[in-house]
Amino acid sequence: MNLLELHEVSKIFGGLVALNELSFSVEEGSVVGLIGPNGAGKTTVFNCITGNYRPEHGRISFAGRDVTGLRPHALVKLGIARTFQSIRLFGRLPVLENVLAGRHCRLKSGLLASMLHTPAQRREEREAVRRCMEELDFVGLAAHHAEEAGSLSYGNQRLLEIARALASDPHLLILDEPAGGMNDQETVALIDLIGAIRDRGITVLLIEHDMRLVMRICEKLVVLENGCLIAQGEPAVVRANPAVIEAYLGAESEVW
Amino acid sequence: MNLRTLAGLLLAVCLAFLPLVAGPYWISVCVNVGLYALLGLSLNVILGQAGIFHMGHAAFYAVGAYTTAILNTLYQWPIFAAMPLAGAVAALVAVAVARPIIHLRGDYLLIVTIGIVEIVRIALLNDVGGYTGGSNGIFGIGRPNFFGFKIVKTIHFYYLVWGMVAVSILLFYGLWRSRFGRALNYIKEDDVAAEGCGVHVTSYKLSAFVLGAFWAGMAGTLYAAQMTTITPESFNFMESVIIFAVVILSGGSMLGVLVSAFLFIGLPELLREFSNARMLIFGLAMMLMMIWRPQGLLPPRPRRYQAAEEFCGAGSAPGRDAA
Repeated sequence: MNLLELHEVSKIFGGLVALNELSFSVEEGSVVGLIGPNGAGKTTVFNCITGNYRPEHGRISFAGRDVTGLRPHALVKLGIARTFQSIRLFGRLPVLENVLAGRHCRLKSGLLASMLHTPAQRREEREAVRRCMEELDFVGLAAHHAEEAGSLSYGNQRLLEIARALASDPHLLILDEPAGGMNDQETVALIDLIGAIRDRGITVLLIEHDMRLVMRICEKLVVLENGCLIAQGEPAVVRANPAVIEAYLGAESEVW
Repeated sequence: MNLRTLAGLLLAVCLAFLPLVAGPYWISVCVNVGLYALLGLSLNVILGQAGIFHMGHAAFYAVGAYTTAILNTLYQWPIFAAMPLAGAVAALVAVAVARPIIHLRGDYLLIVTIGIVEIVRIALLNDVGGYTGGSNGIFGIGRPNFFGFKIVKTIHFYYLVWGMVAVSILLFYGLWRSRFGRALNYIKEDDVAAEGCGVHVTSYKLSAFVLGAFWAGMAGTLYAAQMTTITPESFNFMESVIIFAVVILSGGSMLGVLVSAFLFIGLPELLREFSNARMLIFGLAMMLMMIWRPQGLLPPRPRRYQAAEEFCGAGSAPGRDAA
């Protein structure tokens, strides 16, 4: 079953057609890679799916429901969580509170319960903290929970963004260049982590330039160029596609 | 117990026994400090916690004071009965004016909120609906009656105002500890990331605004009851600036707000003998402050999470120990 479907989605900035009637789908439980040269419109696709941009044309449906034009916070509540290409953590807040930000939409305590510090509110807080610590443990950052998020290393900040996204109980996790800025060792660990996320039953859609990672982990690739879909399918098939090789001019075998 | 909690308790004890040693003049100064502390605490939710640059807080203060005055003088409402309604009317005004502008950022919002306080002042000056009495304001506001005890003297108001400050601190502390307080901090840090994490940014900004306005409205009730006469000039732009400066100087913690309220309202009184030079000295102190301590006097400490320590203590964390 398809968890996410894009149907003829177009996004236009002024005179620039960033996405041109793009259609593809993401099957539930799979890991799908979105690739293409710089400026192909990959991040624009993500921003349309997560509600940061509103497409001019087309329809996006998630779990059988039309979600086009919903605000980002509403989409998180429906089960779409994301990380950002340029890391966007709350740098001056503790690591744990960053993860609690992801948990926020699953908590219910209102203004009055918070001010009065009711037993139900305290119970919910404890439970949320425990759950977020589990997510930190999952990405291997539990020991850093009290540190300022901005003081973490680059690779750990990426992991923290993933933990924050996971804390919102997503059905679909969208990763924008998760290996960006990571060294080889960290990238290998990241591949295992993405596998573990998939094993939890969470569908993953990712943008990545590191082709080893993409080839290792993705079950399906979607290739964009100039806002148009040029190929999609299994990695092995896509990598042999002449249009894809053409798009990656001169990249051919040494990259793949 | 840490140093800051200790300082807070010490301050509370000092305040409780101050009337025994201080003369009527200083008690009335301290009532004033308490009112500004209350206004500072309410603005702290908006400006300190959520980072919304709001410089029109005197507008909500005025709405609360005038609501109380009108209900009391025209409809004979007791002061304490008028208090929640004064807060509610201020909150309602806040919703009406903030909803269209809440998406503005930083200095743009600042300019609009300055507009709000001017609009309110000029509206009051023009005797809106024949209720506000124009530039003469409203006089003859009754004294509050606390379960049969009539609050008349300055010392009564002293305990009333500071009691209200204590209750506000307790409630706002709970708020700061909660998901609500965290959500405001996320918005202050990075509102795009906050929205992307599932925080309904607009609604939280608006809630912070409304809550702050509600509290300022209630502070207005206390002011009206203490002064018994209110005029539009009591709520001019300078008032907004002072409340704003109290919060900026404080650094965003509640103890900081109390300290900076004392510095802003109490210190100029201490410097009175320097008469004309006192504002100069004060301005210089502010400038030095901005150079050497731009984060404010006492920025809030990070929240602590017992459950997180327990989680690490239980050995679920692999290997390393928390620093």
